[in-house]
Amino acid sequence: MNSEISSIVPIGGAIRTPNEFRHHILSVLVENKTGVLARVAQLFSRRGYNIFSLAVAPTDDDRFSRITVVVDVDTAPLEQITKQLHKLVNVIKISEIDPDDAIEYELLLATVAADAATRAQVIELVNLFEGRIVDVGSTKLTVMVTASPSQLDDFEALIVEYGLVELQRTGRVALQKLGKPTTKRKQMKGKVS
Amino acid sequence: MKLTGAQALIKSLEMQGVEVVFGLPGGAILPVYDPLLDSSIRHILVRHEQGAGHAAEGYAQATGKPGVAIVTSGPAATNIVTPLADAYMDSIPLVVITGQVATSTIGTDAFQEADTTGITMSITKHNWLITDADDIPRVVREAFHVATTGRPGPVLIDLPKDVSNATMEWYWPRQVSLPGYKPTTKGHPKMVREAARMIAAAEKPIFYVGGGVVRAHGSEVLTRLVDLTQIPAVTTLMGRGALPDSHPLCLGMPGMHGNYAAVMSMQKSDLLIVLGARFDDRVTGKVDAFAPYAKVIHIDIDPAELGKIRHPDIPIVGDVRSVMEDLLVELEEVRESFRDISLWRKEIHSWQENYPYTYDRSHEGPPLKPQFVIERIRDLNTDDTIVVSGVGQHQMWASQYWRFEKPNMWINSGGLGTMGFAVPAAIGAKVGRPDRTVWVIDGDGCFQMTAQELVTATTERVPIKVAILNNAYLGMVRQWQEMFYDERYSEVYLSPDLPDYVKWAEAMGCVGLRVVDPSDVDAAIEKANSITDRPVVIDFRTDTQEKVFPMVPAGKSNDEIVLGEEGL
Ligand SMILES: Cc1ncc(C[n+]2csc(CCOP(=O)(O)OP(=O)(O)O)c2C)c(N)n1
Ligand SMILES: [Mg+2]
Repeated sequence: MNSEISSIVPIGGAIRTPNEFRHHILSVLVENKTGVLARVAQLFSRRGYNIFSLAVAPTDDDRFSRITVVVDVDTAPLEQITKQLHKLVNVIKISEIDPDDAIEYELLLATVAADAATRAQVIELVNLFEGRIVDVGSTKLTVMVTASPSQLDDFEALIVEYGLVELQRTGRVALQKLGKPTTKRKQMKGKVS
Repeated sequence: MKLTGAQALIKSLEMQGVEVVFGLPGGAILPVYDPLLDSSIRHILVRHEQGAGHAAEGYAQATGKPGVAIVTSGPAATNIVTPLADAYMDSIPLVVITGQVATSTIGTDAFQEADTTGITMSITKHNWLITDADDIPRVVREAFHVATTGRPGPVLIDLPKDVSNATMEWYWPRQVSLPGYKPTTKGHPKMVREAARMIAAAEKPIFYVGGGVVRAHGSEVLTRLVDLTQIPAVTTLMGRGALPDSHPLCLGMPGMHGNYAAVMSMQKSDLLIVLGARFDDRVTGKVDAFAPYAKVIHIDIDPAELGKIRHPDIPIVGDVRSVMEDLLVELEEVRESFRDISLWRKEIHSWQENYPYTYDRSHEGPPLKPQFVIERIRDLNTDDTIVVSGVGQHQMWASQYWRFEKPNMWINSGGLGTMGFAVPAAIGAKVGRPDRTVWVIDGDGCFQMTAQELVTATTERVPIKVAILNNAYLGMVRQWQEMFYDERYSEVYLSPDLPDYVKWAEAMGCVGLRVVDPSDVDAAIEKANSITDRPVVIDFRTDTQEKVFPMVPAGKSNDEIVLGEEGL
């Protein structure tokens, strides 16, 4: 990694233009077997569906994993996407989570230029977003923020001003909000052929 | 009982009732070929792994049982990719077993290593890489279950050499446990009732019958459904034979090269009752202009087909035979309220009368009219003859001019359109149904892609009959270049004499015949029919100029159907 300030590439909000209308969150419960992620990813690419973000993690039951995938429904109707996903033998259940009715979180790691002049401002910004400084260098800081995807978009737009060296986001994970009527949560049972 | 992985595999196949496998051995699959020697399973040694795959497809279609192929790793696995893609498109139950390099060397670019499960992921219903010999019986059981239930299709088991050599304690799983795989077979009763009402009220209904009805063994129920409702039915390329062609309400093939009545009855219809069909672009033409006045009842076992191309007014997920049975019951209930559709039938009938398939029957002397050759083969054989075709003009003529009276008698590559399909598929069909006469209607181009499997046929004593409609061209492509590229013929000429098909046939142990003159057609067919101890190949010299009509030009609306040369 080149540490010259001149090599800093802006990886800010400019490349991401979230359009919440086009983006739907699918929570896909899959069997925890090798190659399952490849099957899901290949299905998306082969059928021409766009993935906006994708996160995969084990669940409390070690037979299953959960893939949280944000799909772009401009590329195909959501119904077709879920039906094709259901055809994968390893897919157990798919829930569509309405963004209005979801707890969504995402984690961001960023290495930011922060010399003596700007260091305090960067730290203040990170604090405002309830983030943490996780690594300290002489001219750079690595910071971590956990927030909703749109808050992270805001954070990104602000932090980019100081000069981003590197940035990583995990893609969102989401769960249904509690204590809400379930009508908005469409659940498609495992119909497969 | 301790078994090696290889022994466990063969025993598992026996447990599944497998009688025949098609294959060719090699390094990574060697362990499996040893216990095969002691098995009751018949192995047919093909000359190219593509042949093994297509033969397994032909076997599956002729018998209704899953076809099985065993090949080695790397190049053998990639050679069988085409049949897998073909079987995936046409919903043919296939279990393909590939050897794989030892687990310890996977990922190191070992000799004959290929990422077989990765390569075949999108052209199989599911695939498995076995890493523990203990898993073999379970995976085989699952593989056959997935291949044969729901919407049938191909599956693949990749078996590393060290797993074949490892030992395991034999068991046979009593049941399959696949929590993510539960095909819906029973149609929703409310939807079925609604469908019955919609059918009863329709003015211009049509059954749009696809290959799903054949796969679901639904012919007999379909015939009852048509008889009860008196609604005409089109049978697609994959659905030919689902309703007998002799049935007065069978309109035959719709689509790009379908007949006028079949195409127009859908265009003018106010209700399409779609049975195990998927709105393939070769049927719909331009989708936006397809059957513009029709409501749609779509019945299919694959939920993803409902609404994929055309929005259904009534979607019904389920096994098409089971749903048709339920529909029959519901229709009986509303029988009194059936609308009189005799005018509609009359309209369709007049289309049939006025625009049948035609060719120049008055033509005498060489070259042969390809349609004439097909008609003669048809008339000199019984309804129990299995017809297998390649891909091209000859395929369309075979579908147009043959008379299919029963299902599973017509075997062709519809969805993928795989040249070279016919000869190996016919071998598989004949192996599965030795009691049936199997005729191949092939093109000269297609024949050259997989003809070497006739060596397999001769060696294994599989007496198929091959009619090459030798027009010296990649005829279908030639037709497009003539019609849409100003007769600028680019790389479509093949030559009628090179190869010499008769000598080639003889070199492969077949009887080779050549027919140039129409007056010799019958004698050659009869001679072929009389030979039952070896394959026969007939080189029919057909008219290079002949084109397939009617034709809906690609991307055009079905309303722009071109009936013949004059329509251009
Ligand atoms: C493997 C493969 N390659 C190319 C094609 C494209 N294609 C479709 S029909 C056709 C011509 C087939 O020629 P032939 O077997 O002589 O049949 P004909 O049309 O002359 O009856 C070709 C090249 C194909 N369908 N499959
Ligand atoms: Mg030809």
